[in-house]
Amino acid sequence: MTMRESIEPDMTPLGPLGSEGPEGPEREFTIKARTQGQMVRRRFIRHRGAAIGFTALVIVIILAYTSIGFWKIPGWWYLGYTKTNPIVNGGAPTLDVLPAFIDGDGFMIGPHPFGQDQIGRDYFALTMRGTQISLMVAFVIGILSTFIGAVAGAISGYYGGQADNVIMRFTDLLLTIPILTIAAVVGNATGNLGPFFLAVVLSLLIWTSLARLVRGEFLSLREKEYVEAARAMGASSPRIIFRHMLPNAIGTIIVSATLTIAVAILLEAALSFLGFGIRSPDTSLGLLISTYQTAFSTRPWLFWWPGLFIVIIALSVNFIGDGLRDAFDPKQNRVRA
Amino acid sequence: MSEEILSVNDLSVVFPTEDGMVEAVRGVSYSLSERDVLAIVGESGSGKSVAAMALMGLLPKYAQITGDVRYRGEDVLAMSPKRSRALRGQNIAMIFQDPMTAMNPVYTVGDQLAEAYRSHHRVERKVALARAVEMLDRVGIPQAKDRARSYPHEFSGGMRQRAMIAMAIINSPDIIIADEPTTALDVTVQAQILETLIEVKDSVNAAVILITHDLGVVAGMAHRVLVMYAGRGVERADVEDIYRRPRMPYTAGLLGSIPALDSAGGKLHPITGAPPSLINLPPGCPFSTRCPLVTDRCLTEEPELAATDLPHHQVACHNWEKVAETPDPTLLFRTKAVDA
Repeated sequence: MTMRESIEPDMTPLGPLGSEGPEGPEREFTIKARTQGQMVRRRFIRHRGAAIGFTALVIVIILAYTSIGFWKIPGWWYLGYTKTNPIVNGGAPTLDVLPAFIDGDGFMIGPHPFGQDQIGRDYFALTMRGTQISLMVAFVIGILSTFIGAVAGAISGYYGGQADNVIMRFTDLLLTIPILTIAAVVGNATGNLGPFFLAVVLSLLIWTSLARLVRGEFLSLREKEYVEAARAMGASSPRIIFRHMLPNAIGTIIVSATLTIAVAILLEAALSFLGFGIRSPDTSLGLLISTYQTAFSTRPWLFWWPGLFIVIIALSVNFIGDGLRDAFDPKQNRVRA
Repeated sequence: MSEEILSVNDLSVVFPTEDGMVEAVRGVSYSLSERDVLAIVGESGSGKSVAAMALMGLLPKYAQITGDVRYRGEDVLAMSPKRSRALRGQNIAMIFQDPMTAMNPVYTVGDQLAEAYRSHHRVERKVALARAVEMLDRVGIPQAKDRARSYPHEFSGGMRQRAMIAMAIINSPDIIIADEPTTALDVTVQAQILETLIEVKDSVNAAVILITHDLGVVAGMAHRVLVMYAGRGVERADVEDIYRRPRMPYTAGLLGSIPALDSAGGKLHPITGAPPSLINLPPGCPFSTRCPLVTDRCLTEEPELAATDLPHHQVACHNWEKVAETPDPTLLFRTKAVDA
């Protein structure tokens, strides 16, 4: 690292000054303008947890929807989730992922990779159907309740006064009544209207905590000078709420939404267990677990497979939320290692 | 004399609180002509910002605003919210004190300027962005096109204030209200920003209401000065007269409190005491408790803004003649400080 080196003619003007040689830290700067969308995407992809979570979730979604098909579209798996089959291998999973040199019989999928339940239904098909329903319920609740909660909280926090009072007293009311009780009553009164209806009802009940968070956020954002500046520039109230304030609350909203999705899966499971949620012959991951919890000591796979999928979905969603929150924060320039 | 675009008559703002009515502004009057620069000077809590906010319609709803504010003959206080919103930004723009907090951290500077433009013009985003870049260029931001893609936190304080000025002029307003535009800035940057402000105001033919407590800023920019104390205008004059021939002891005290470079090692000469609470003001002149020239009349009767011996010069003081007789009124407070 002599003077000579640093005046080498092949050095680019932007190259490192007083270069530390090839072994030194890389100090070449290339400034490339990126749009916000590009930056968010880039930060998200660079966030390891989020990238893994996103990949896992996509795989689970593709697996669940292509294997047994959905609506009228058939899938590639040869068994339906309602069909009973002769018991193979005592109902135990036929999936073998250990190669031949360890246990001698090699990798195989077999006729029932996840095993069978006591009446011979293919447990892979059942788990896939449960995953489909749980995902659908979780995402409908996540999106709908987040939307309602964010808008209600925003209005409450921005306008204050009467609007705030009405909305907050209503959330108090919803929070004091146990959700399970209301959902059970609604479920009982309306009968079996399917998982989508259940998801909508649950969304209408659990938006309150997000509304409170967003309201709190808006109460502090409202006093920010840039909101006043926006008002001084003649921006209308909806414009201020949606263009200036909500983007600043996006971190709170996304984290809360991902938590809501995780909660929704468990809530659906609890309701299904009580008989007010998903009803047989349709199924969900929660329903599968509650149905077979007594079989844990004798046929543990009936418990493990849906449990594994719940954990994968919930963890993935949480990691994605974590990554999104970081990605949306423009103050964070450094990319996570 | 150019056309009068803004006239404020007897503007009062009262905030009801649990402790009583806070009379933040008590009958302020001024007028503004095209391309004029009016400075409103006063210390913290004198009501100068509140008076400006009132005419922008930015005060909270519970504030009780009375008086007559006319923008080109149109009653500003009686406007519909829709008309008032159109007026803000398009006809009257505002530059805020702290450029660190006055920009939204989640948008690029260019986006924010474009947003300000699109609030009043139905144009495509691209057109608005081009306009934003043009404005940034006009306020002296180098490589405006690239910098428009930066976020506010990537700007220095001076650049942010430039960007705020660009945002204020993007809709070519008639009036720019600058609320202490240089207070949050480095002294070396202050002069540049003021220069930019003057250039830019001339290029869009706007008048400026400059709210400040910095008399140095006033001297460099303003044509007319309104000195405020405890919610009232106490002296109104051309900028020359304020510095050379003040007629109000308060103004004289403010001038006297500026430390001079040539009196090395000397003491600072503040106006002793603090402004009175604006809740349930006692009768008499609000400055009487701090005034070296106080008389019995000052304690019972509040003076009105009235003409003096000089043209275009009004003062609210019973003893302005005494101030006029004093050869150097800025020394009024100094003798008192020595006595004490």
